[in-house]
Amino acid sequence: MEFLEVIHVSRSFGPVNALLEISFTVHRGELFGLIGPDGAGKTTLFRIVASLLLPDEGKVLLKGHDVAKDYKQVRRIIGYMPGRFSLYHDLTVEENLSFYATVFGTSLKESAAYVHRVYSPLIPFRKRLAGKLSGGMKQKLALSCALIHRPEFLVLDEPTTGVDAVSRKEFWEMLEELRDMGITILISTPYMDEAGLCDRVALIDKGKLLQTGSPSEIVRTFPAKLYVIRGENLYSLLGRLRKSPEVKYAFMFGREIHLVFRREPDDPARWLGPLTGTVDGTFSIDPLEPGMEDCFVELMGKKEPVDGEENV
Amino acid sequence: MRTILFLLQKEFLQIFRNRLMLPVIFVLPLVQLLILVHAATLEMKKIDLVVVNRDLSTWSGRLAQKFTASPFFRVQDAGNNQEAAQELLRKGQADMVMVIPAGFERNMMREGEESVQWLVDAINGTTAGLSYAYASAILADFHRELLQETGYSAGMDLPSGINVRERYWYNPKLNYKIFMIPGIMVLLVTIIGMFLSALNLVREKELGTIEQINVTPIRKYQFIIGKLIPFWVIALFDLSVGLTIGYFLFNMPILGSLPVLFAFASLYLMVILGLGLFISTMASNQQQVMFIGFFFIIVFILMSGIFTSTETMPAWARTVNIINPLAYFMRVIRMIILKGSGLTDIGREMIAIGIYAVLAMGLAVWRYRKVT
Repeated sequence: MEFLEVIHVSRSFGPVNALLEISFTVHRGELFGLIGPDGAGKTTLFRIVASLLLPDEGKVLLKGHDVAKDYKQVRRIIGYMPGRFSLYHDLTVEENLSFYATVFGTSLKESAAYVHRVYSPLIPFRKRLAGKLSGGMKQKLALSCALIHRPEFLVLDEPTTGVDAVSRKEFWEMLEELRDMGITILISTPYMDEAGLCDRVALIDKGKLLQTGSPSEIVRTFPAKLYVIRGENLYSLLGRLRKSPEVKYAFMFGREIHLVFRREPDDPARWLGPLTGTVDGTFSIDPLEPGMEDCFVELMGKKEPVDGEENV
Repeated sequence: MRTILFLLQKEFLQIFRNRLMLPVIFVLPLVQLLILVHAATLEMKKIDLVVVNRDLSTWSGRLAQKFTASPFFRVQDAGNNQEAAQELLRKGQADMVMVIPAGFERNMMREGEESVQWLVDAINGTTAGLSYAYASAILADFHRELLQETGYSAGMDLPSGINVRERYWYNPKLNYKIFMIPGIMVLLVTIIGMFLSALNLVREKELGTIEQINVTPIRKYQFIIGKLIPFWVIALFDLSVGLTIGYFLFNMPILGSLPVLFAFASLYLMVILGLGLFISTMASNQQQVMFIGFFFIIVFILMSGIFTSTETMPAWARTVNIINPLAYFMRVIRMIILKGSGLTDIGREMIAIGIYAVLAMGLAVWRYRKVT
């Protein structure tokens, strides 16, 4: 029996299909990431998994329990952290935590070992109102509250959105420690760079699942050869590249252009030369190991038949 | 049960920590009673009266004098210039103008009757009517005096045969405040119960905390009970404060039994809290609560009989009042406090509000379950 099984789950809101035939499994003890841009359907899926929303079709099994029917057992197994900070602003750190503890019939003392790693940085601020905490601390408090009843399964909806880089890194370190304690974690994020930190990921866009696998698997299955172009005035160049018949697609990636050929030229550097003709500056083109975002772009292109010229 | 206790503990902690909520709970009853009771009065004092005296006789002078002597009127003399008097009325500096025609005394002597013209600013129909009633009473009094002096009364067709002696029951001095205090307490309890509960519930929705609560083993009924009990307690507390102020500050008699009053208030609050919960299921933020709440409450208040008697309302309005919880409480609280009515006198209202409580709560809980 798999730890979590999502089986053909569909859900629509009026005419909008938020989720279409989503299926994947999460193994016990895994840190599983759901990666996708805003509006991909991540929150809807998480609310279904957390038994807060019923799917139109399909079902979700957690340790064999149907989350829609056995929601009482399921809620004891799950620790859910919604995307928005949703603790009581007008209660202190300590009051929030002990409220959730008592509601679950436990206490801060009993769960101390469980939440200690996450909660200990907050101890100096335990008398502070939750609404007055910084973003990173709010997030730690929310995670502590999600852990207070010693769940086997953590469902974290975009916990790192809007959090500074240092806190994000720290947060992921914490998640790895929690996983090593034996907690299975399902996390969603719009940041591709965080995908590499997961054991396995599922890529999702517009309510459809694009691919599932470990980050290295996904990167390995990248079907084409990827090139990177570096230089100045890249925006002017991008337009020309997209018009070129050899180019399958090209897109800005930070301060670089990532490019996949439709017909690969023998010498890409020589091929690039004439195209850069009237654009100022020097350019270099080199092969590149694809990252998660490149895979995502490739997969999105596959699902969405757009006209070749303006692809991506 | 334990869960509900924890919820209550959390709820009270939040209420007492809220800097805005505390004044609402403790100051609102004081302000409402102290200000509204004095302000919302129908007793008329200092009606601005302009006298145009075209007769300049002894009798016309005495008539004007009679108004000057009355505490209800503040008299200005416009000589015999009616234009000037009407100008004052137009400017809003006068409420009424009395024109005593030339030949007033002579005609009174000779014919035993004469007309006096009244011009009344009737923007507010109620005040105009009342002012005119006061004025008529003074005129009638004056007329009686004249008749007695002139001896005209000897056996003629005079209305002096019937002597009216009135006694006002339940409010012997016609003290308007004593009539108003119970009414204002009804408003107070209603506003506290309906708005605070609805606002509080919808705030959980607005902040998203309801999401976190929903994944805990807290059951919906526990959550609702935990939310409604605090406001039930607070509203009853405010009712006690109101009664205390009324009793000690305004010398309002409390003739009926307090336990009966509180029993009725408790049931009534179930209706109001149910409505509050119902509103919160319709609204997704606090602004919407305010708007929906105001819609209900303004209609309910104006039809409840706080100022005007419900019995004089048209038939359709009395029918509508069957679903107006305020109308029941407004009637019952006055019956208990001012009239000393007991359980048997208010039995019908008690049963009606009990049914209403079950319906309102049932509907609200049903909708709440459906929505979330």
